[in-house]
Amino acid sequence: MLKVTALFTEYPNDRGQIVKAAQDVTFEVPEGKLFALLGPSGCGKTTTLRSIAGLEKPRSGEIAVDDRVVYSSAKNIFIAPNKRTFGMVFQSYAIWPHMDVFQNAAFPLEVGTKKFSKKEIREKVMRVLTAVDLEHLADREATKLSGGQQQRLALARALVMEPALLLLDEPLSNLDAKLRERMRFELKRLQRELKITTVYVTHDQSEALALSHQIAVMSDGRIMQIGSPRDIYERPRNKFVADFVGTTNFLEAQITSVEAESGRYVVESPIGKLAASSADVLRIGDKVVLSLRPEDVELAEQAYEGPNAFLGIVDAKVFLGEHVEFQVKVGDRILLAKAHPSLRTVPGEKIYIHINANKCVAIPDTSAQ
Amino acid sequence: MPISAEPLEAMPATAKLSWQERFDVKWLVVGVCVVFVVFLAAVPLFFLLWQSFFTPQTSAKAAEFTLQNYVTAYGSSETLKLFFNSVQFAIGTSVFAFTLGTFLAWLNERTNTPFKALFFALSIIPLIIPGILFTVAWILLGSPKIGIVNLLLQSWFGTDYVFFNVYSMWGMIWVDGLHYSPMAFLLMTAAFRSMDPSLEESAMMSGASMFQIVTRITLKLVMPAIFATVLILFVRSIESFEVPALLGLPVGIQVFTSSIYQAIHQYPSQIGLASSYAVTLLLITTIGVYYQSKLSNQGSKYSTMTGKGFRPRAIDLGPWRWVAAGFCICYFLLIVAAPFLVLLWSSFQKFYSVPSMAALQNLTLDPYRFILSYPTLTKSVVNSLLLSIGSATIIMLVTSVICWIVVKTKTPGRWLLDNIASLPMVFPGLVLGLSIMIFYLNFDIGIYGTIWIMFIAYITRFLPYGLRYNTTTMLQIHKELEESAAMSGASWFTMFRRIILPLMKPGLVAGWIYIVIVSIRELSTSILLYSPGTEVVSIVIWELWENGQYVELSALGVMFILALFFLVLLAQAMGKKFGVKEE
Repeated sequence: MLKVTALFTEYPNDRGQIVKAAQDVTFEVPEGKLFALLGPSGCGKTTTLRSIAGLEKPRSGEIAVDDRVVYSSAKNIFIAPNKRTFGMVFQSYAIWPHMDVFQNAAFPLEVGTKKFSKKEIREKVMRVLTAVDLEHLADREATKLSGGQQQRLALARALVMEPALLLLDEPLSNLDAKLRERMRFELKRLQRELKITTVYVTHDQSEALALSHQIAVMSDGRIMQIGSPRDIYERPRNKFVADFVGTTNFLEAQITSVEAESGRYVVESPIGKLAASSADVLRIGDKVVLSLRPEDVELAEQAYEGPNAFLGIVDAKVFLGEHVEFQVKVGDRILLAKAHPSLRTVPGEKIYIHINANKCVAIPDTSAQ
Repeated sequence: MPISAEPLEAMPATAKLSWQERFDVKWLVVGVCVVFVVFLAAVPLFFLLWQSFFTPQTSAKAAEFTLQNYVTAYGSSETLKLFFNSVQFAIGTSVFAFTLGTFLAWLNERTNTPFKALFFALSIIPLIIPGILFTVAWILLGSPKIGIVNLLLQSWFGTDYVFFNVYSMWGMIWVDGLHYSPMAFLLMTAAFRSMDPSLEESAMMSGASMFQIVTRITLKLVMPAIFATVLILFVRSIESFEVPALLGLPVGIQVFTSSIYQAIHQYPSQIGLASSYAVTLLLITTIGVYYQSKLSNQGSKYSTMTGKGFRPRAIDLGPWRWVAAGFCICYFLLIVAAPFLVLLWSSFQKFYSVPSMAALQNLTLDPYRFILSYPTLTKSVVNSLLLSIGSATIIMLVTSVICWIVVKTKTPGRWLLDNIASLPMVFPGLVLGLSIMIFYLNFDIGIYGTIWIMFIAYITRFLPYGLRYNTTTMLQIHKELEESAAMSGASWFTMFRRIILPLMKPGLVAGWIYIVIVSIRELSTSILLYSPGTEVVSIVIWELWENGQYVELSALGVMFILALFFLVLLAQAMGKKFGVKEE
């Protein structure tokens, strides 16, 4: 539905240096799906979103919604943002303080190219306000709304013109933690109900994982990996993705044998011989980085049977209520592990470690090249 | 994430769009505003420079290049004296105004002086007593022959000794310094307020004494503000016209402004000579304004606003606080009560006479009757209102677009636009009047001698004020507020009309009222541009003075001050909502 092809954006910063904001950004969002652009600040995700909106003009590339090309450097097309009919929710919500709730939501219907009668506007606005649960506040001054209500109003305003595409720029980042969690479910419910194609920009990995059908992880203007939330979390394709999404332990290693059928590899790592899996095709002798999620580092006070079992010493532990974090020393390396609070091993004592080969992800080590 | 790619930049034409779709009203509005500002602010400057190097154009002879103007201007020893007088006057005035204003600001902000309510008056006095009336009032108070101060002291001491002569360099400094002291007070109050009190408190906790805190912390921190204030006062006093013209000229003390006026008003008028004086004056004010703005920018580095809602502990002056209060009351008398009362007294007399029991018997309303039936009065009031309301409206609308370009877009060269629009700031009123006069004498498009030339002059002169008010508001409008309008499908014009302008309303209204008030008192530009039929109120006052009609002038002055007073009260009432302030 939305198709972004080979998007490049550069702009000079305050000191005249060229910032490469988006580099060869290419992705596709199917009809009705929620697509998240995830990355640290300065990675180019907002620039990409604003290029789709038309608020920024890329240097080259193409952006199309269905068959309608809204930007193309090759065909010299640039549709102004106000002609694109995309709904957008801004990070600051951008609620106009001089209008009341109804006027804010009615604005897109009043100024758009399509003309509506007073009655139609009234109906549409009330319908969308009902959808976001603000209909009882229609006459309230917009500045008298709470943060969550402002966020919902911004959403209503973006939805009222029944946009082809909904763009969300960190919509939850200005809310406090409790409210953010609630709004996350609200947003997901609304998107799934209306089946509106959505692009969502965030730096919060848990938000991206919770909401999206698909995630693109970005760094330094480039897309590092596109995949479903589970893909991204369980099978990171590079070190950046593994590190940015969730917490992980890294171990440098080298492939010593390959089991072609199962896609399994045996590697030599600083803590010893390990069975690992990888989505890439690797050969014996390749340098890799192993990514081990702390919750996949199993701990026990009795020794494990079979491969991928190690003996370590508890170096430190932190009790966090729902789980306990252990720092376990294996050889000269320290591994972070999450365990059930019932495990009460104290620092300085021995502890046994087991790692499932499926959860031990080998990533080609690009830094060595 | 910092985003600075060109927002909503020029869209390349697409074959599919008709020319109407491609054409955006934005470019028309922006283009007109830019051309308008550049034309107003830059063109007169060019013609002023040009004229200073050429002989006047007449029907018989075309203008020729000459250096004679500068030779005449700088060839004589008179000029050295002129320069010396101007600088002496400006330095004296600025130092006097600064000392007075800073002391009052310190008393108000940092001590427990009683009657602080008097200070409130200070913030509005400069707005309601125009320079020319203040000067006239001080002539009635301090002239050697009829001045009340002298007569009172003489009758007390039983001598003929002239205690105070307002017609002297010191008299000029005294009157102008008093007139500008509220400005110093306001600027220094702002400086004291913007200082983080915890900086002083931590010095106190480090064991510093009061004296050490004042000299080593407070003064050091407000240093940039001090220099900036002195510089702006210097610029204002070197370009002030009323005091040198009314007090200096009768006794032959000339400064640049009064020399420019004289060169124009002698026969035949010496426009070239006036221009060469004007260029010099412009050079001085430009340097002053340049360093002042540089210092102000630097100042923000020093003064760290914390936004914490507490004020530093007031210093207890003990019994001295009654002395301080006495000082404040005296100051209030000198700057408000005495000038206004003397005008009031004079306005009820048939012929001007010093207050006495005998004169009290002769109170009359004749001056008011005279003024109300004065032939040019109605016309001048209408002119003043039209000019001030018209120019305030145009300025606020045009500068809102200019500010949008400067603040909200990344258009290359926007800093230049900002500077050009602020250019009139360096023009003394008289120099601006002269430049505009020269321009429309050379380009006769039929507006010379009409009210339109004054309209153009007013718009040019007060453009920077509008710019400043609008910039402050524009900076507070979040970029996303207009972007979301674009995403809603609004065109640029709709966005500007329905989002930007309503959001700017507080600043627009405040700036509008301020410009109406300052332009209604305008004298120094109008004096070179008016002709019969286009007089404004301040010109009528000037004419009455020239004719020696003091009591009639006083009657008009009293009514003028009262009118301005109600205007300012209205502004203050709205200011609760919109924040009107003296710049």
